[in-house]
Amino acid sequence: MGEKKTPYAIEIDHVFFSYGQRDVLQDIHLKISEGSFLALVGPNGSGKSTLIKCILGLLTLQKGSIKLFGQSIKKFHEWNQIGFVSQKANSFNSGFPATVFEVVSMGLYGKIGLFRFLTKRHKEKVKEAIKQVGMEEYMNQNIGELSGGQQQRVFIARALVSEPRLLILDEPTVGVDAKSVQNFYNMLRKLNTEKKITLILVTHDVGAVTEYITDVACLNKCLHFHGDTHEFEEKQDEMMSTMYGHDVRVITHNHDHDHHDHFHDHDGSDLR
Amino acid sequence: MEILQQLTFLERGIAAGLIIGFICPLLGAFLLVRRITIISEALSHITLTGITAGIFLSQGFVFLSFLNPLYTGLFFSLIGSLLVEKLRQIYKNFQELAIPVILSAGIGLSAILISLVNTSYSEWYSYLFGSIVTVSLNDLLFIIITGLLAFLMIVAFYKELLSISFDQEFAKVSGISIRRFNFFFSILIALVISMSMKVVGILLVGAMVTLPIAASIQIAKSFRQVIFWGIVFGEVSMIGGILFSYFFDIATGGMIVVTGIGLLLLTTIIKRSKEYVEHKLSGG
Repeated sequence: MGEKKTPYAIEIDHVFFSYGQRDVLQDIHLKISEGSFLALVGPNGSGKSTLIKCILGLLTLQKGSIKLFGQSIKKFHEWNQIGFVSQKANSFNSGFPATVFEVVSMGLYGKIGLFRFLTKRHKEKVKEAIKQVGMEEYMNQNIGELSGGQQQRVFIARALVSEPRLLILDEPTVGVDAKSVQNFYNMLRKLNTEKKITLILVTHDVGAVTEYITDVACLNKCLHFHGDTHEFEEKQDEMMSTMYGHDVRVITHNHDHDHHDHFHDHDGSDLR
Repeated sequence: MEILQQLTFLERGIAAGLIIGFICPLLGAFLLVRRITIISEALSHITLTGITAGIFLSQGFVFLSFLNPLYTGLFFSLIGSLLVEKLRQIYKNFQELAIPVILSAGIGLSAILISLVNTSYSEWYSYLFGSIVTVSLNDLLFIIITGLLAFLMIVAFYKELLSISFDQEFAKVSGISIRRFNFFFSILIALVISMSMKVVGILLVGAMVTLPIAASIQIAKSFRQVIFWGIVFGEVSMIGGILFSYFFDIATGGMIVVTGIGLLLLTTIIKRSKEYVEHKLSGG
């Protein structure tokens, strides 16, 4: 019905969330424009995943409101417009007897409806999504036989097959080797610029993605920063130390070196 | 209906067996990927409680004497299945606990009821280990109707169940209601377990949903193949079991299971030797 025209894919207003006594999100305001490629950054336990789960409707809001494409999340039903690749995506049972084709088709299952099977058009869409992530050679391979990076691509294809306007990726590169990570980010940028898909990438490692993204949001219970990449680069040292509570370095990557020590927290362990 | 009436006792048994050999692996494939094949054990034992309750009622009350114990079996199986799901929600971190709880409750109640009713050893024997020669017209009708219902449910929910089994979170995000489908799935399991009972027996129902799938997963590359080969192996075990049991006059359920185990061994050997050959070829 009355879907308002808005330049924003997501409008988060005054959102609080706590697990029991533990406050995880405090008064979050965030507007994400359509067509942007946003990195959502923050240390472990900063509430990134919780915020994502609120956006996806996996958690019910305790306070505040979220609008998706101008429509209140309570009334939102077009979930096929939102693709999601979870942090846990490749911790599935690797013995699961399903081919790449079958896994990607699952992205359509929610909208096809009961008693119906994939039509020829659906199958074409599945193949197209697989091609988009460059996995067409592996169409009939068992998902468990692929490498971590390849599996991650398959899960992106599963999220893409319903032709979403918004794609949310929660730390998608955990367990993926450095070389594949670069290809992976290149692919995301292409989706953003060519297919005009709004992207939200949750990551520890903002240094690795600055050359691909358009905007950054820094979260640690509260939203510490939201702006475009240039603004972020100017303020990042100050930002990072307020957010992580101590001095951290952010190393911006070059394409050709692949060691990944960016943030170190107090006990010196790698935050990535 | 008339065609069914003309069937001999053996033909009735075979018809029932073929339906069960088809439906059980179909369900088994989903139980496998959800890692809950063991649930069939709990439900078969609670079905036994229902059967004994049915016999108890039909003996104790004249107006219930028409009661086919399969129906009470189904009723108890449904309740058991929903209880398992409930217990799995309560003990979120110890979900397997639901199985021994329901299983022992089922056996305990059965033991009490068995001691109260007056039935021959051979009748219990056919419930425990299955028998194709005692499949009555009424039983066959029960199997056809529950089988058809179970088949329709699987066809209707195939996509949703597969998506939930693979990745629950994603299924939820894509707009599938997990709770609703878990409820339907519980009903589905109860239907299949209680319909299979008459032919393969309470103690062996679990084998029918597990063995064909255990064999098919050895050779299948996709989920569809798991289902296809599962059904093939299910039917072969059924036909093989029925033939052996008829010609040698031994327990049908036992022979069906032994045939299933045979197929499992065979597929394992085929898989191993294939791997061995491939290894030799690539390794020089």
